[in-house]
Amino acid sequence: MDLNPSDEQQQLIDTFSAFYAKECPVDRVRAAEPSGHDAELWARLLELGALQMAVDEAAGGWGASLLDLALVAEQHGRSLGPAPLIEAQVAARVLARVGGDVAAEALGRVLTEDRIVTIALHPPKNANLALVPGGAVADDVIYFDGGRLMCMAISDRGHLISNTGSMPVADIDIDSSSIMLVSGHQAETLFELARDEWMVLMANALVGIGARSLEIGVDYVKERHAFGVPIGSFQSVAHGLANAATSIDGSMLIAREAAWAAGEDTARATQLACLSCGFSAEAARDACYRSLHFHGGYGFMLEFDIQLYFRRAIAWPAVFGEPPKMFARGAADRLATARAYG
Amino acid sequence: MDFRLGERSDAFRVKAKQFLSGHLTDEVREQMRSTGVHHNWDFHRARAAHGLLAPGWPEEFGGEGRDALEVLASAEEFQSAGAPTYGVGTTLMVANVIRHLGTEDQKRLILPQALSGDIIIVLGFTEPEAGSDVAAAQTRAVRDGDEWVINGQKMFTTNAQEADYVFLLTRTNPEVAKHKGLTTFLVPLRQAGVEIQPVITVSGERTNLTFYSDVRVDDSLRIGEIDGGWHVMTVGLTFERSIPQGGDSVRLIHAMEQWALASVDDVGRPRSEDPDVLARLGRAAAECEVTILLARRCAWLHHSGILPGVEGSMAKLFASESLTRQSADFVDMLGPDGIRSEGDATAIAEGIAEYSYRYALGTTTYGGTSEIQRNIIAQRGLGLPRPS
Repeated sequence: MDLNPSDEQQQLIDTFSAFYAKECPVDRVRAAEPSGHDAELWARLLELGALQMAVDEAAGGWGASLLDLALVAEQHGRSLGPAPLIEAQVAARVLARVGGDVAAEALGRVLTEDRIVTIALHPPKNANLALVPGGAVADDVIYFDGGRLMCMAISDRGHLISNTGSMPVADIDIDSSSIMLVSGHQAETLFELARDEWMVLMANALVGIGARSLEIGVDYVKERHAFGVPIGSFQSVAHGLANAATSIDGSMLIAREAAWAAGEDTARATQLACLSCGFSAEAARDACYRSLHFHGGYGFMLEFDIQLYFRRAIAWPAVFGEPPKMFARGAADRLATARAYG
Repeated sequence: MDFRLGERSDAFRVKAKQFLSGHLTDEVREQMRSTGVHHNWDFHRARAAHGLLAPGWPEEFGGEGRDALEVLASAEEFQSAGAPTYGVGTTLMVANVIRHLGTEDQKRLILPQALSGDIIIVLGFTEPEAGSDVAAAQTRAVRDGDEWVINGQKMFTTNAQEADYVFLLTRTNPEVAKHKGLTTFLVPLRQAGVEIQPVITVSGERTNLTFYSDVRVDDSLRIGEIDGGWHVMTVGLTFERSIPQGGDSVRLIHAMEQWALASVDDVGRPRSEDPDVLARLGRAAAECEVTILLARRCAWLHHSGILPGVEGSMAKLFASESLTRQSADFVDMLGPDGIRSEGDATAIAEGIAEYSYRYALGTTTYGGTSEIQRNIIAQRGLGLPRPS
């Protein structure tokens, strides 16, 4: 067992930590509202290879593991990165896995022509893909229609949905330009794998959001005085933050384990993807809520940064679903395994 | 990063499993349930004979010198199997104190018997008027020649009726600050003046109130310096091995999953397809995984030569609070049937959810209450100021 990042992993963390400190200070996050997309940040991320690293070497990428991407996602979450990094990485991996001319061509455009690709996390209803993450700024969307994995160039933008987390999400109508990537069992398998990967990366991003919001809250209650003492000395405040700190540590462990399991413990990968995302969503939400609340009335003001974290902790995971839905999915996978091996 | 415990731990886990399948019989379980005593002498001695009582201790003391991750792997198995282990934790904690602070005579007298499973030692810290504020202990020890005379009472002296010694925290100097007038003794329990009164708890577990009336103990059984009891306690807590490894949750969730797979609801739908049931099972499974990981992090730190501090408090806090949440949630999930008691023939899954709910209440208190753990996390982990 080794819970420390390897030297290479630590280097990756340091690189992205420095990158976000420089390219994504919190005023840039504010400036990117309400669209939730900072084109300049996206361009710098591409320069750094944030998309290329997600793709296998055979498909023209750098072949990073899901754990590597998870460590990046944590930094992305810490900085509330206003860019559709996770969706684009997951979509690019789908294209790389599909193989064949159509997918390879689409992937090539993404890697070399700066087209943004994203993935719809749910099949369409009435020929509409609801709340597609990154959908308001993406050029292409991958979706699963129940039998086939499709790729569609988004011709009609402008469906940006105003939302809690100031994310560039959109409802996208499916049109006849959709091209089939793959069908049948393989399509479903690839779609489910993509959803698992998205949940793992989201879990790690939520760890970053939760950890940073906790730091903000802890700093505030050390400085803020009431009744002649720092409010952090009151147990009602300190104990709330101690609970949050415990859950955030726990979420980091399970989120990293889920990312690790994708490569090293595949029998438990789906289960851990779902459970870690549900747990991290609730942990981040709780840490943000407490930190916001302990700011008193200031936490309620837009001017204070903590609300930026709170809104994203709620909204980022919600495009997949609420935590109980993630838990149910994880439990269903456990029961299927129990039935098979039990 | 690597989340595997490793091959040695896996192999040792298998050994623990094999032992448990042979020795943790229905009879042992039924005895635990009917008496509320989580100690069984035959099981305890057999565990020692198989090298599973104190595997992390050096060979010179009768251990096997196994590393912290191997020890954890076996502890996980004992806990998830629901084995009677209360006598082990307290005995080894005191044995560790003696190993580090005891005299050579004390080591010769106590350690071989403790590690061979022939004796158990229980803890006498808490008093009716001193729980979390353990340094407020009032039980008096007064010197009389080569002996000390002890008067007072201790609360929650679990397993005193089975034990050979109680590790007793006493006040030897009432004139100084409370932390500076404490002394610890290893007091033989089978002697005149010691009275053991059973205390039955909400979970059915038996503990005790113990009374000490002019109990005499030889100075050779004093552990550490006179008035140096607080230092002894500090060392003792360093060896506190009471971090729960998630085994109680593992057992509970497994039983509920089996129930979901085997039963149908009022309209004939399998429970395993009910989104509400699945959400509850999944949340519990996530919390269980986090409990396991927080405990493994402590073992890993220990293995890396670092003594876990705040990490231990987090593991203990999360394990006990989440077990309480899960148990409550599962009792609700079972509907009215959730209140059928453990031990009643009509209870679902032998009433494990109902039992677990009652059992969990104790875990949020003993070994340091949740409030004490939160203080440690807030002050030492987050650097928050102490209350003024």
